[in-house]
Parts: sequence; structure tokens; C-alpha cells
Amino acid sequence: MSTLELTINGKGYAFTQGETILDVACRNDIVIPTLCHLKNTTPTGACRMCVVEVKGARSLVASCTVPASAGMEVQTESPSVVKSRKMNLELLLSSGSHDCLLCPASGDCRLQDLAFKYNATGKRFERTKPKYSPDVSNPFLIRDFSKCILCGRCVQACKDVQVNNAIDYGYRGSDAKIIAKCDLPLGDSDCVFCGECLQVCPVGALTLKKARQKPRICETEAVRTTCAYCGVGCQMNLHVKDNVVQMVTGADAVPNHGSLCVKGRFGMQFINSPERLTTPLIRKDGELVPAEWDEALGLVAEKLGTYKAENGADSIGVLASARCTNEENYLFQKFARAVIGTNNVDHCARY
Amino acid sequence: MGAALKRAITQHGTKLIVSDPRNIDVVRFADVWLRSQPGTDVIWINTLAHIILRDGLHNQEYIDERTENFTAYSQSLAKFTPEYAEKKCGIPVAELEKAAHLYAKGRSAILYCMGITQHVSGTDNVKALANLAMLCGNIGIQGGGLNPLRGQNNVQGACDMGALPTTYPAYGKVIDESVRARFEAAWDVKLSESNGMTSRQMFDAVDAGTLNALYLIGENPVVSHADSAHAVHCLEKIPFLVVQDIFLTETAKLADVVLPAACFAEKNGTFTNTERRVQRVRKAVTAPQGARDDAQIVCDIAAKMGTELIQDNGENAAAVFDEMVSVTPSYGGLTYSRIDETGIQWPCPDTESKGTPILHAEKFVCGKGKFHEVDFVAPAEEADEEYPLILTTGRVLYQYHTGTMTRKSTGLYAKAPAAYLEISRNDAAAYNVNDGDRVKVSSRRGAIEVSVQLSEKAVDGTVFIPFHFAEAAANVLTNSAACPESGIAEVKVCAVTIEPVGD
Amino acid sequence: MTHITPTKLEAMRKEYAARLTQPHIRHLFICGGTGCHATGSLKVKDALHEEIAKHGLEEKVRVVETGCNGFCALGPLMVVHPDNVFYQKMTVDDVAEIVSEHLVHEKPVERLMYKDPQSKKRVPLFSDIPFFALQKPWTLRNKGIINPESIEDYIGREGYMGLSKVLLEMEPSQIIDEMKASGIRGRGGAGFPTGMKWSFAAQNDSDIKYVLCNADEGDPGAFMDRSILEADPHAVLEGMTIAARAINATEGYIYCRSEYPLAIKRVQIAIDQARSLGLLGENIMGTGFSFDISIYQGAGAFVCGEETALMRSIEGKRGMPIPRPPFPAAQGLWKKPTILNNVETLANVGQIMLNGGKWYSSVGTENSKGTKVFALSGDVNNIGLVEVPMGTSLRSIVYDIGGGIPKKRKLKAVQLGGPSGGCIPEDHMDVVVDYEEIAKVGAIMGSGGVIVMDDKTCMVDMARFFLEFIQEESCGKCTPCREGTRRQLEILERICEGHGKPEDITLIEELSEMITASALCGLGQTASNPVLSVLRHFRNEFEAHIFDKKCPAKRCPALVEFKVIDERCKKCGKCAAVCPVGAVEWQKKEVAKINTEACVQCMSCYSACPFDAID
Repeated sequence: MSTLELTINGKGYAFTQGETILDVACRNDIVIPTLCHLKNTTPTGACRMCVVEVKGARSLVASCTVPASAGMEVQTESPSVVKSRKMNLELLLSSGSHDCLLCPASGDCRLQDLAFKYNATGKRFERTKPKYSPDVSNPFLIRDFSKCILCGRCVQACKDVQVNNAIDYGYRGSDAKIIAKCDLPLGDSDCVFCGECLQVCPVGALTLKKARQKPRICETEAVRTTCAYCGVGCQMNLHVKDNVVQMVTGADAVPNHGSLCVKGRFGMQFINSPERLTTPLIRKDGELVPAEWDEALGLVAEKLGTYKAENGADSIGVLASARCTNEENYLFQKFARAVIGTNNVDHCARY
Repeated sequence: MGAALKRAITQHGTKLIVSDPRNIDVVRFADVWLRSQPGTDVIWINTLAHIILRDGLHNQEYIDERTENFTAYSQSLAKFTPEYAEKKCGIPVAELEKAAHLYAKGRSAILYCMGITQHVSGTDNVKALANLAMLCGNIGIQGGGLNPLRGQNNVQGACDMGALPTTYPAYGKVIDESVRARFEAAWDVKLSESNGMTSRQMFDAVDAGTLNALYLIGENPVVSHADSAHAVHCLEKIPFLVVQDIFLTETAKLADVVLPAACFAEKNGTFTNTERRVQRVRKAVTAPQGARDDAQIVCDIAAKMGTELIQDNGENAAAVFDEMVSVTPSYGGLTYSRIDETGIQWPCPDTESKGTPILHAEKFVCGKGKFHEVDFVAPAEEADEEYPLILTTGRVLYQYHTGTMTRKSTGLYAKAPAAYLEISRNDAAAYNVNDGDRVKVSSRRGAIEVSVQLSEKAVDGTVFIPFHFAEAAANVLTNSAACPESGIAEVKVCAVTIEPVGD
Repeated sequence: MTHITPTKLEAMRKEYAARLTQPHIRHLFICGGTGCHATGSLKVKDALHEEIAKHGLEEKVRVVETGCNGFCALGPLMVVHPDNVFYQKMTVDDVAEIVSEHLVHEKPVERLMYKDPQSKKRVPLFSDIPFFALQKPWTLRNKGIINPESIEDYIGREGYMGLSKVLLEMEPSQIIDEMKASGIRGRGGAGFPTGMKWSFAAQNDSDIKYVLCNADEGDPGAFMDRSILEADPHAVLEGMTIAARAINATEGYIYCRSEYPLAIKRVQIAIDQARSLGLLGENIMGTGFSFDISIYQGAGAFVCGEETALMRSIEGKRGMPIPRPPFPAAQGLWKKPTILNNVETLANVGQIMLNGGKWYSSVGTENSKGTKVFALSGDVNNIGLVEVPMGTSLRSIVYDIGGGIPKKRKLKAVQLGGPSGGCIPEDHMDVVVDYEEIAKVGAIMGSGGVIVMDDKTCMVDMARFFLEFIQEESCGKCTPCREGTRRQLEILERICEGHGKPEDITLIEELSEMITASALCGLGQTASNPVLSVLRHFRNEFEAHIFDKKCPAKRCPALVEFKVIDERCKKCGKCAAVCPVGAVEWQKKEVAKINTEACVQCMSCYSACPFDAID
């Protein structure tokens, strides 16, 4: 069987049946800008930013939806393509308030990047006033409709990725808006605050609550780790600045492919909680009082030593923790078995 | 996990059978909802098997090749007729028939959580499910299997690492001499020859005066244990209690020594998830001044007791990992660099292995899959005149376990600030309580006060309280009667009564 | 259940023919379309029954309420059969006269007959009225003749005989061959060859396939589909069933807007009747073929006429287009192979099967075969539903059938194809009805809305109207349509308000180019057509608005200064009487004068002047 091939910007590329033009381009590191395209979901073709020119086609085609076909000749940055993208950006930028100076997403915004790339200012048209005021009805995120470009990624994320079906398009024409159940505030809707929408929003329409009290995401350093809540083991990025976990995003890897639940995404405040224990405590006269590490560890070692000596190793128990790492659990059981000398080691699997 | 399930249903046509005493959210995605009376799981599971066998939907080839004890098992199913199940579990015959046929048609996976295990018949429930899966050849294939969903991030890893009284890392039995000899050689120490005590047995031993010291790490039994009054009693009674945690939990408050630990974001290491995938944990921030790594703490204690637990005092997680995998054959092929980007599912015995996503694929690890005859054992406590309602406990989305971590999040707190009693409209009317009313919920073991939440999720006769909230801990009410094999307490079923509380 | 047989169908047909030709029996075909209902045809019908009873004529006169007759402007109307007499604008008060004069004394009532607008003469015979005489009613063959709520009437007119032939004598592939041979193209507007569409869906294997009928008719001024459903619902059912047979579908939906209650009612009756005769449902005509149809009521969103949006709507989702491919023929409703045809297309299928594709293709032009139904409206004398052979000139439609422009005004342009179409100016009126020919002059065939505009129409304002419509009906999903048309509308609004800027024409053109090239669905891609066609044919009007701040047609109030042309003024004072702000100064026997300071440009005087003396 002959291999299927198309050309992009004059160069030939092989493809497999079913791949879109965008798929082939991405695979070969050819950048086609997108706003609405969301991996692992059915393309919606909403933003029309990924249009390309295909020789012989009646109009520009959206590369995210059009399948590659043999012999197709694609131009990704032809003058008509660039013109269309630029006009598209002008339209988006003039609708609502895309003010990068005040936007939490600045530095992590596709619209900003594309405006820069295509030299679009949003000044060809009069700026329209936002129709809808922001939704701040919930403790997790803000929906700023004046920044929303209606790309629908949040809807895809909610519908196709998380299958929560909490949000969808509402109204028509220039009144269009992403709404939750009968246009209720998110806090009163069916939303379960997984935050998938927040993560996929390419602009600053969905941002964290109190974003202004935090650094912008582009100022943070991402550390990939495994979530410490349930047994799914979601891969996540802890975004750190000033030794504080400022925000959390899902990492695009197995098993969660970028998704998180409300706890993983919004439940990491405990790390920097002022209630964290910062000093050992020893019970003296019935009260727990602060103590030096040396004293506390010494006391533990001494007591355990004494009970072992007097009542045997089996008079001591160790309850390890399903919350700790494998390495630590290995050490805990080794401690029980090799240091104390007992098999009295268990953990909280049963609760 | 939930999202993947829902995607399978909505985007790939997967059918869903839900068995839950409550009309939980996922029921709306289900083709069949088996609403069983709490504690009667063995009956409906065996009934599905009964129907499958009766209608010839079982996989005889698989049974012949891969399993044993089928005849005895099939005979034991005789009494589990759909009519019997309808009477005992309250599930209509038609639903059972539909579920059985759905399950037996093609590949089918079983996912279960604590609703199956936290019963006096917990082990039986799991065995019954395993029987069902084997009956249809659903074990050892992609899209099949019997999949427990781990509630806590590293339950799997803690078990794998031998934080169990009967097994060493990788499940070698402590009473097996050859295994023990291997560990004695590796650790250069003489090891105990007898099985240790389970957590529950330890608490009982405290009560009996035979356990003198408990070193408790990152756990909050005051809130999480069934019949928490009993747990508190034991913890108060124990001569020496060390609690190592990141917060001063309800349990830590009872300790003789509290050791402040670092949390997951402050250390390096690995967690093993519910699908046996070993994944990296990386240090993102430094622990608050004064708190220390758990590894470092336990090494320090050992050092003070005169033993070097591991090289470098456990400061280098990678070094601990290396020693750990050297004695854990199923982890043998793992290195930090191999799992840097994507975790690997054990068994992964050597560096050639890419891991094993599906267990029992060619044959069962133990050879043949054994069918266990399982009979119905009633819950330890059933509704009666004095305590006419059945209480079942569980979780809410916005909180985690005993709330130690999640209740520090303002957002999560706002969404789920307190415990509540989920009750059906009919039951609420019968007890003359309304949505939002404060009620006292009592069982034979204690009483708590919560608000009433009228809910479509609740079914008449069964109420629900989430167990996250220490100030109204559902486990004050629950029964510590446990499954004799696993030692898991029956927190999913106990008898309670409610009464309104005047202002 | 005993299945209906071809013999039985033939017997029913003969019975009907006999009924119609029974000696000494008259049939009164009174129009029961939505238009005539609105003007009171039901009351007239009741009065007729009463009056007939009074004269004891029940045995000799049958009153038949038909679907839309087509000449909607003249309703309530009625045809007396076999006399071939046409009555128009009847009222309840006319009924006694009709019965006593015409039915009893055999003297037709002349004053209720059609009056030719040019000659001002009454036309006694129905078939002599040019509006009807020049039409070729194929799709509308049963309009005004049968009772749409009677399957017997339909069968009497060869109904379900095409289906019978298909089921008993033809292979599915032959059906498609016949459709291809007929040359019929989609009457919804785009003109895709129907036979080809069916063949794609037929090729795709699937356990379930669907046949959908698009009755969402959303173009302003269009009422072809509604009229067909009201007048001849069985024709659509028969067409759908044949389509189902061709592609092996088992289920069908008629997607009809809920604003068409009469159509919905009649289609439902038709479905029930067809089921009861075994012409729909399980094992149709005992052939083992099963197919059933349900009505799905849409909420009237324009975009739901777009095929993918329509399917989403039936699925219970928000009606929004999705990208193609996959095409509906492969993955349509519920991701199953689906064909969607327009009402008009489907209504032709039965006859094509009965008479053969060759018969159908004998009429029309090289690439556009058969006939086309138009809804004629606007500034034209004969407003109504017309059906002409492909190849008929627009001029003929407007002047011969339409009776020309009222008040002897001049024709300015004709808007064809609604919001997706374009305007065709007077000097292109000889263009013939043909998909390609119409496209050449910058419009599209569209679904059949023909809006005639006289010289009082401002073309810029007309373009603004369509853009306003498009903007309101845009689903809001893709940027070009949602934001682009909004900006175009904004620009046109400012031009009409006198704030047009020199660069506006370029900006509109640039936007049009971008929207056309990159919008997601057909509606967006064609949304700029009206404004582009105005720019093409009436650019000078744009320029007058922008540069001279003048509206040549005097429709844009902000750009008009009204004054009285002294020499034309007949001093009647009608202008002063209608002015709401007292801006017209007039004394008896004096020429009126308009105080431009006070004038609010409401145009009342302009419209009221019988002598065109206000400009």
C-alpha cells in the first residue's frame, strides 16, 4: 500500500487515515494557532483561528476538523490565512475588555500571544461594552464574561472530559454567553468545581478567586507531583512562588490526562496552613507542651527501648500511613521489624 | 476516575450497573440501579451469578481452563433465586435479571469501594464478586477485572511495602521461613517469626493491657475508626502514644509525644495508585520550619535506639527507593528515572519489563482461580424497634477522610462545611423533621447532633451521614463489629434513631 | 391487519375520481391555509354549511376545506368545481348570495371574482387567471383540490402509488437511480443533487439510519414548506418513506417549527392515517419494510434549519452547527447515517417514482430540472405561493404571475434566497430560475422566498435588515459569524444613521471576505451575501449614504429631509392629517409645506400622499 501524503507549506508529510490537517501539522511541529481546540475531545470548529488554505477548496478550511487527504496542498500562513486570522483577532479583541495589564492570565494567554504574533490591536472596531457582569458566586473561581471569547473549551471540558454537563452556550448572536443551568450563578448550578474549565480557558475569562493576591501563573515554577488525596494518583503541577503553593494544575499524563477534582485543584491550602505543626510536643503534667526535637526523639527512643526491654517487642505497635510515600512506609515497617523487632505494623487501609 | 467512567458511558456506549443503597449521582448514568438493603450484598451478587448460570451466559471454557471448585460453587448458588433476592435485598426481580444479562454480555469490569468491604461480610462480598467475574471470564482481560478503588492515595503502596502485620514488602509472608531469611539477610538482623497484630487487634490489646506503646503516623482514628468512643478509650488508656502528623489532629491531642511531619509537597518519593502505578512525588516547597520529613524522623528514632535504619539517615529518598526495590521483587525494575514522566504498574520485576497493567492475564498468580462458596451473613446490627433506621456512612466530594487537610481550604469548607443527616422525605415526615432542622442521631454506642438534609438520594429506611467531620463524627455511631478475615469494621451498616433537638 | 394492496389503492383512486365527476354534484374547495384562516375562511366555511343546509343542498354540494391555494393575498378564497369559478376575499356576508345566486340559480357572483389589476376586468374562470394559468403545479399538484386531512383524497390523486411501486417493483438502488435521473436538486436552497445525497447514505452500513424532513423554514418571507405541509402532508410522508426504502432507514423525523401549528396538526393526522392503512409503521404494504415518522417541534431558531444544528436539536441539545465532515450521510442524527431533505424536495418524490425520473427531467434547464415553488411577497400585486418550471424568468414571475408592482411603481430589485441570498436588480430580471444562472447574478436560489422591492426601497436599509436578522439568529458559536456580522450590522446602522465613514465600504468588504471564507456553517458563510449583492448592484446608494449623507429612497429617516413638490401637490391635506407632530402646514386650497425643524422623519406624510408630491 502506498503511503498517504499531503504537503504543508510545500513540504510533503505522511499521514494516516482519519488524521486532521492540524494533527499532521502538530505531529511535525508546524504551528497552526488554535483557540478552541481541546485535546481528546471532538473538535468544535468554533474559533476559526486554525483556518488554512487548501488548494482548490472553495474557502479557507478549519484545519482542526478537516481530514488530511492524499495530495492535499496546504498553506498555513498564506496571505489570505493571515488576513483572516488577523481580522478574527481584531473582532475578538474589540469585544469585551481584553486589558492585559490587569488580567491575571497575562503571560499565559493564547489571545495575547496571537495578538502579538499577528499584530492585532483590536482597534479596528469600537470596543463593545461587556454585556454581563462577572460571576463571583462561588469560592473557587471567577467568570469574567468581558474576557470570554466564547471558544467553548470550557464547555468541551465540562461535557466531553469531565462529563458534568454543568455549562453550555446560552443565548444567541452577540448575546451568546457560556451559562450554567438556566443562567444561574455557578455557585447555584450543578457545577462540582473540578476546575477543568479553569484549566482549559485560553484567556483570562476563568481565573482563580483572589487572583490579584496571587502571582500570575507565568511567575510561578511548576513542580510535577502526585496528588496526595485519593488512590487515583492524579498527576499535578504545584505552582510555587515564594515557597508557597499558589495554584494547582493537572499534568497531562496518565492516569488523569490533565484533569483534577475539586480537592486536588482547590484543596492544597493546607500545605501553607498556619495550623501546621512546627514543633514537637510532649505531654507534661497532662498538657502537651512544645519541646526540642532532640528531647522528643530521645523520649520516644527511650520509651520504646524500655518497653521492648521490659515487655518484649510485641508490646509495641507501629501504625504506618497510607498518606506517606512508599519509601517512608518501607522505613516504618523496617523500623518495626528490624529495630523494634515486631510484626505489629499496620496502617489505615481498613478505614 | 469518575470522569473516565462517565466518558465511557456517554461517549463509548458502555453500560453501567450501579449497586448502592443510595440514589447517588452516578445513578443517572446507570442502565440499572440495584438498590439493595445495606448489608445484603452477598445475596444480590450470588443471585446475578445464579441467573447467569441458569440462562447459560457463563464462560464455560474459561471456567474449565482457569478455575477450580466450580461445581461446589454452582451448587451453592441454588438458593439464591431472584425471588429470594427481591425479598431479602428489596431489588425487583426484573432489575436483577437485567443486570445479570448486562454483566454477562461481553467484557465487564467491576469497580468497588468501601461499600463492599466495610461489612462483617466484607471478605465474602469481595469473594462473591470475584466468583461472578470468573464465572464470565472477566478476570485477566482488558476492560474486565475486579477493581477496588483505593480511598487513600497510597494504601496500595503501604500494603506493597509491607506495612501489614503478616507480610513483608511484596507480600512475602512473615511466617514463611525462606522469605524471612531473605529479609534477615538483607537487613542483617533477626526477625520476629510470628504474625503481628492488625490495627484493630492493637487497639484491643491496649484494652487488654498487652500493648504498651503505639507509634502512630498520619492517621486519625478518633474520627475514622468505627465506634470512635472505643478508639478514644484505647488511645487514652495506652501508656505511651506517639503521633506523627502535619496537624494537631483529634488523635494527636491524645498523644504523649507529637512529632511534626512534612507533607507530600515537601518531600520526594513515590506513591502507588489504585491501579498499582508507581508514581513520583516531588518536593515543591520546603516544610515549615520545625517540621521534618517522616523518613528522617523514624531514622532519627532508630539512631537514638542505636540502629542505623538506612544509609544517610533517609535524607535521600532515591537511596531509600533503591534499597526498597532491592527487596521488593515486584518493584525490582523500577528506578526514579524510569518513572520520571509516566508511572509504571507493577509487577515490574526487571528493567526490561514495561510493567503489568493487567494481572492474571494468562493465568492466575496463584495458579487456578478458586471459586469460593459464599453464604449470606446478616449485618451485625439490624434495624429494630429501638433503633429503626439503618445508618450508612461515606464521603462527600468536597471533603477528604477526616477533613484534616480539606477543611483547611476555605473553598472546600464553604461547599461542605458540616456533617448532615441525609434522609428521605417519607422518613423525615415520619420523624417530624424538616430540611435544616437539628437532630440528635443515636445508636447503641453514642449520639451526635447534625442538621437534616432532605434528599432524593436517600431511600426510605436508610439514612446517611458523611464521616469527615470530627465535631459530629459519624463514627461515634458506627459499629465496630468487623469482618473476621479482613478486620474491617462494619461502618456501612448500623441501627440508629433520630429525634429533633429543641433550640 | 390486512395490508393495503395496489389494487385497493387503484380502487380508491377510481372512487375518488368518480366522486369528483358525479353529475349534478358541486364541490366547493375553500382554502384552509394559515393565510386564509387568518382572514376568516373558517367562518365562511361554517356559514356555507349553514346556508347550504338552509337551501337543502347538502346532497348536491360538498364543502371541502383544502390546504393553501396559493393566492394568499386574496383570501378567503374558494374554487367551485366543476364550474371552474374562483371567488376571492369572501366574507360571511357574501355567503348567502353565493349560495342563492350561484348554487341555486346558477348565476356566478361576478363581484367576488378575480379582478385583473391591469385591465381592471373580472376574470370569471379560475383557469384563466394569469396567476394560476402560468404556473406548473407539480409539487403543489394537490393544493386547493384535496382535503389535506383525508388520506382518501390523497390516494384519489394517485397518492402512495409511487410508494407502492417502489416497494413492490423496485430495488433500493433503482430508487436512487430514478432520483438521479430526475435531476432533482435540494429545494432547501443549496441545490445538492438529491439522488446523490441518498446514494451516500445508502452506501454507509448501519443498523439504524434516519430520514429527516427539514420543515424549519426560517427565511423571512418564506412559507412554501408550511403551505405544502398544510395542503398535502401525505406527499411528504410518501416521499420520506420512499427515501427510507432507498437508504434502508427505519425511522424518520419531521423537524417543524412550533409556529406552524396547523401544519403540525395536519401532518400528525396524516401520520395517523398512514399508519392505520399500513402505509407507515411495521411491515408496510406487507412487504416486510418498516418505517415510521415522528414530528419534532423546533422552537423556531433560524440556525436549526442548518442540517447539523437541526440534528443536534432533535437530539435534545442546543441547536448549534458542528463541523462537517463527518457528513450526515455517514454520521448524522445520533451519529447514524442520516439524510435530510427539504419539504418541497420530498413532496416531489412520489410523483417522480410514479412517472419516472425522465418525466421529471423533461421540464427545466440543463442543470436545474423540474419546477420550483416560490413564496412571492413584497411590493407585488399577487402575493402568494407560485410554482413555475425551472427556466422561467424572474420577470415573468414578477409581472405575469405576480401581476406587477402596485401603484404603478417601478421595480427596483428582487431579493432571492432570504438572508443567505442576494438582490437582483431590475436590469437583471430576465435571469431564469436556475441554480447556476441565479448564482451568476449574485443571489442564490434559496428555499424560495421572493421579495419584490419597488423604488421606495432603500437597499442599504434592506441589507441592514437581513444582517440584523442574521445577527440575532446567529448561534454565537463561531467568531466570524457572531462577531463579524455584529460589526457589519454596526457599520450599516451607522451608515443609515448618517455616520458612515469613507472606509466603511472597505471594512464591510473585508469582513465579508473573512466571514465567507472562515465561518463554521453555511448560514455564516452566506451571511454576507445580502450586503455584498447590494454593494455589487447598488454601490451608488451606499456612497450616497456615506458621502452625500442622503438616502436616495428616502427610507433612512436620519438622511431624509421631506419637502412638498409644489407642482404635484393637489392640496388635499392628507399629509397634514397624518403628521403626528404638526410639522405639516396646510390650509384649504393651499399647497402644503413641511416645517423641517419640527419634522421627525416618520414618513407618515410621504406614505399618505396619493400624488407622490412629497419627496
